[in-house]
Amino acid sequence: MNRNNVSYVDAISEATAQEMAYDPSVIVFGLDVDDHKAIQGTTKGLLAKFGPDRVFGTPLSEDAMTGAAIGMAMCGLRPIHVHIRMDFMMLAMNQLVNIAAKAHYMYGGQIRLPMVVRSMIGKSWGQGAQHSQGLYSFFMHVPGLKVVAPTTPFDAKGCLISAIRDNNPVIYVEHRILHFQKGPVPEELYEVGPGKARITAAGSDITLVGISHMQIECLRAKHYLQEKGINAEVIDPIWLSPLDVDTIAASVRKTGHLLVVDNDWPTCGASAEIMAAVTERLQGEMRFTVHRMGFANTSCPPTPSLEYLFYPNGRTVAAKAFDILKGSAQNWLPNERPDLKEIEFRGPF
Amino acid sequence: MIAKFYESLYRIRRVEEEVAKVYPTDKIKSPVHLSIGQEAVAVGVCEALRPDDIVFITYRSHAGYIAKGGNLKAMIAELYGKVTGSAKGKGGSMHLVDVANGIMGASAVVGTTIANSIGYAYGVKLKKQNNIVVCFFGDGATDEGVFYESMNFAALKQLPIIFVCENNGYAIHTAQAKRQAVPDIAAKAAIFGMPIERLGDDVLHLYERISTAVETLRSGGTGPFFFECETYRWKEHVGPSEDYNAGYRARTEAEPWMQQDQVQKFAMRLDPQQRQQIEQAVEIEIAEAFEFAENSPFPPDAELYDGVFA
Repeated sequence: MNRNNVSYVDAISEATAQEMAYDPSVIVFGLDVDDHKAIQGTTKGLLAKFGPDRVFGTPLSEDAMTGAAIGMAMCGLRPIHVHIRMDFMMLAMNQLVNIAAKAHYMYGGQIRLPMVVRSMIGKSWGQGAQHSQGLYSFFMHVPGLKVVAPTTPFDAKGCLISAIRDNNPVIYVEHRILHFQKGPVPEELYEVGPGKARITAAGSDITLVGISHMQIECLRAKHYLQEKGINAEVIDPIWLSPLDVDTIAASVRKTGHLLVVDNDWPTCGASAEIMAAVTERLQGEMRFTVHRMGFANTSCPPTPSLEYLFYPNGRTVAAKAFDILKGSAQNWLPNERPDLKEIEFRGPF
Repeated sequence: MIAKFYESLYRIRRVEEEVAKVYPTDKIKSPVHLSIGQEAVAVGVCEALRPDDIVFITYRSHAGYIAKGGNLKAMIAELYGKVTGSAKGKGGSMHLVDVANGIMGASAVVGTTIANSIGYAYGVKLKKQNNIVVCFFGDGATDEGVFYESMNFAALKQLPIIFVCENNGYAIHTAQAKRQAVPDIAAKAAIFGMPIERLGDDVLHLYERISTAVETLRSGGTGPFFFECETYRWKEHVGPSEDYNAGYRARTEAEPWMQQDQVQKFAMRLDPQQRQQIEQAVEIEIAEAFEFAENSPFPPDAELYDGVFA
């Protein structure tokens, strides 16, 4: 394996296999984790290596299986529960919000719940209203849950290892499109721990915070903005809860402008939280502006013409940033560059 | 055995009566769902268990907590909201827990802990432990979808677990027949292929039947087992009073249960001197627990933020 070109998918399966070898209390389950497709390959090889007691497909029972993960954690296991689509986690909200998030506190510290809930956000090729939602802000809202949405293969591995070793419930969010990302991933075990954002591209004119797949769009936007002589700084928060406000605020202190691009609706979302946190930190200290982009305020339409409009992309992010810096609508939209073309998931399934 | 069972029955009854007595003074800072009338199921089941066996209990949890050997001082202090409580005053009556005695905690959201119990049982099986899991829940919980999902998984994986449905006939104030198209809970468990049994609240019979299931699991036999135990809540859904004048049930419905009160029945079976000794010892224990709660401090301010994460 070329360690400089490891896929996001392989980074997840490698992290899981290594942690399972390292710690016999780690187990993986969820609908289809043990089938021939192995959750897009992210659980590939685990069944053969660790057997059906530690790697098993489940009934389509998100509520009970999430509750079971909690019970397993109470019994000293470190379960990883996998959802093929994040939308199905809505069926598990009671267990996650009422027990997982609260158990350690509500039971006076007698119980701790080391558990990971993995889920995927879909996009493109007609995923539609119920295969496309990035609902991580629901979990950011609740004390007692940690939320992570890694973007790169390096972070996918490091964050998963960190999540597995954490003694608290961690909601681990993958974007289906990010599964196609490739990059350097060390073979050894390492952690990318909670509460630390990463500056993915240094700049001085505006701060772009891109969450999950929108991190890729922000990096594209940076290239487009260079055509206008604008040097954007791009930040990947990686962990949404706990959130690294320090790194983002320090960047805005330098650039004076914040644009958060979320893979979710703006209202009450992660973008709202990041804007509010930065504003609380910097208000009264300096003049600055805060802005955000996210899903259109509709359900996600599957038809490609409307779906294209539903999401921010590198070009629309660049256009918004340009307007922000100019202080008014400039009607500039960069021409699509082939080298920055968006990756799309192509069907048929 | 009679003496031991009576001690546990009497302890639960008297703790609950004391809670009801103190409740109007507002010293108890937690809504209480009293289990007076339902002691028998908790005792019949828990007497068949070892200390290292695990129970998942409900928001009407006082009986199960006490029957399984939960720390009484910690329980009363928890009701008082004191830092010496089982959850340092952060759980309350509906979330009693005592991990050292195998009590894994209760949920106010009905049915939730059924799913937790099957996960624990999966862990027990995977780790090849010799202890077993008992999951208590009420008839109301069997209205919830998670009940069916959990029965299915437990049966599918042949988990070392005993389900005990304490059927008191009501979800808050709504009778089972008004909620369930087929008001036969054991039949619903039976469709998952697990052994079922319908029991009343005869403590000795409960103990014998649960013990048989326990022995099967202990000796490597497969679970799950399902017991539907009919019982009756004497007090209102929440709070210390009776509510037979509220219109949703009549006292005549409760009277047969009161006539076969297991606490009284066991009392009659003991010689007066032995009975007196048991009662005196338990009364001292209860008085000490309430005194402990009274004299314990409330949590310091710093406790508010402590323990959100492990």
